[in-house]
Amino acid sequence: MDVTPIIHLTAIDYAVMAMYFVFVLGIGFALRRSTKTSSDFFQSGRSLPPWVTGLAFLSANLGAQEVIGMGASGAKYGIATAHFYWIGAIPAMVFVALFMMPFYYGSRARSVPEYLKLRFDEKTRTLNAISFAVMTVFSSGISMYAMGKLFNLLLGWSFDVSVLVSAVIVLAYVFAGGLTSAIYNEVLQFFMIAFGFAPLVFLGLKQVGGWAGLTARLSVAAAEHGQAAGAYTHAWQGMTNTATNPLGVEWFGLVMGLGFVLSFGYWCTDFLVVQRAMAADSMIAARRTPLIAAVPKMFFPFLVILPGMIALALTGAAGGIIPAKMNSAGQPMLDAAGKAVMDFDLATPMLLIKLFPEGMLGLGLTALLASFMSGMAGNVTAFNTVWTYDIYQSHIKKGASDEHYLWMGRVATVGGILLSIAAAYVAGAFNNIMEILQLVFAFVNAPLFATFALGMFWKRTTGHGAFFGLAAGMSGAMLHHGLTLPNGSVPGVKGGFLSVLHTYPSELAQTFWTAIVAFSTCVVVSAIISLMTKPRPEAELKGLVYSLTEKPVDSGIPFFKRPLTFALAVLAMTILLNLIFR
Amino acid sequence: MSGEISLDLRLPIGGLFAVLGVMLAGFGLVTGSDTAMYVKSGGMNINLVWGCVMIVTGLIFLGLAKRGARAG
Repeated sequence: MDVTPIIHLTAIDYAVMAMYFVFVLGIGFALRRSTKTSSDFFQSGRSLPPWVTGLAFLSANLGAQEVIGMGASGAKYGIATAHFYWIGAIPAMVFVALFMMPFYYGSRARSVPEYLKLRFDEKTRTLNAISFAVMTVFSSGISMYAMGKLFNLLLGWSFDVSVLVSAVIVLAYVFAGGLTSAIYNEVLQFFMIAFGFAPLVFLGLKQVGGWAGLTARLSVAAAEHGQAAGAYTHAWQGMTNTATNPLGVEWFGLVMGLGFVLSFGYWCTDFLVVQRAMAADSMIAARRTPLIAAVPKMFFPFLVILPGMIALALTGAAGGIIPAKMNSAGQPMLDAAGKAVMDFDLATPMLLIKLFPEGMLGLGLTALLASFMSGMAGNVTAFNTVWTYDIYQSHIKKGASDEHYLWMGRVATVGGILLSIAAAYVAGAFNNIMEILQLVFAFVNAPLFATFALGMFWKRTTGHGAFFGLAAGMSGAMLHHGLTLPNGSVPGVKGGFLSVLHTYPSELAQTFWTAIVAFSTCVVVSAIISLMTKPRPEAELKGLVYSLTEKPVDSGIPFFKRPLTFALAVLAMTILLNLIFR
Repeated sequence: MSGEISLDLRLPIGGLFAVLGVMLAGFGLVTGSDTAMYVKSGGMNINLVWGCVMIVTGLIFLGLAKRGARAG
């Protein structure tokens, strides 16, 4: 891939980047001595303070998809993208902290699939473990692919070299220090993102004339895209009807699909994030972890969505920050009206290049690079744990020594990275395959929260109920996707591959409703099969089900330090943000 | 025995930010007269300003780590 790079870096930019990698590798090396047992390697010896696990909980999810993708959505949908945070993530993070962490941490399960094994049975765990392991490898590969492609375009770096070098760096520090090393680097990356993007937003806002100037410019842009004047700067405007807001979703689909099913499914059951909380040094620290993460999370829209909005505001009809999307022949792609289609994924990186002089440019690009790499590391640490505990130890080699599993963890780290590299090249060669895989992952994930919620809060749920409910939910998602199509798409990966019974106004609306269908199917089927099968004796479910577990007692803790107080404060602040940007 | 983690995370965070801050602020001082370079950032010497912010942040983290080490 030979392209003319958009910008050349200078010595100071490379020096900033190099210094960051010195510290990243230094952390891995320093932690090597304290990584002696499999518990150190996979669980950080359950010994980390809550501020570290909290920031890692946030940061593990702050991969490139988040930084680049949220900027792209900011340019596409405006501030309504913040719903992914203020309706999506925050309520789910509060829920996992208050209601689910006691089971994850208290049951002494070492992974999320292992909780399923304790609560239900081996087959439910294995279904979850295998689908999760495959997903993490591909997510990590997609992250690598996106990084290689972006840095090739921006700086002219060779795709092969950037993929290989980043893989080797991630491998080195995860291999040496295991989960602790990954978590420490995630926290470091959190600060890099915050300090790399805050000045970008500051300079950007200065250039467009503050929030007032941004609003004025974006109402012009909104009119060009056939939206109401305030559509890009008001999160809740026109949400009563799919036709009157940029998301193309109505409030019920948004709140139920995104806010409830998808967000709870991700933040409450995805081992990638839950693993960070499980590394905390005590039950109270584990419960505080998601709450600590929620505080910076609610302000992240200003760091990751605003750059996209600013980039759009600085892009007029005559072009500007966001370039046109090119087709394979190198010609700009046009929409049905003959207007150039904007490449929203470049909104944030291009703003960075346009506003940062040498020096700061190095810092900004390092922050971007850091987010790609910690996305990879997060997936690799989740993969090696699930592989070693839930697949290798339970199916391939039971009862070996701790040293053996530690060794297996390190081997799985190498294997996971090799598979990710392979996935990155597959993504490059067959674009469609990745799209299909991501779709399959969406089907697999959609019903998961139903299984966990039923397992934790309804003691009557049985293993057979959970397993077949999960399978039915996945099939329900696939069926719904196969029978519906977003407006303006052709039947295929986008849906409607069986027959088109219903057309949704947007892809988001279809995604949210697929989730709602999967969740409902899973609940109904799990409940029916559970009632038809033999329940487990209650004595076996102690510590695994809400009604049979002693509630954590917080009366010894001062009122203002209790998780519940913290949670209410987080929710109040989130409601306030929704009101301000309504 | 597992558990004892030998590295206080505040040290590398503080160290990295202090070093990067010095690099950026130093670069900002050297290039301060180059107005053409700072047209991008709206005439502001963002290297110098942000370098100083990062130095202060780095020192705060190093201070916290030092206090933590004394208390532990």
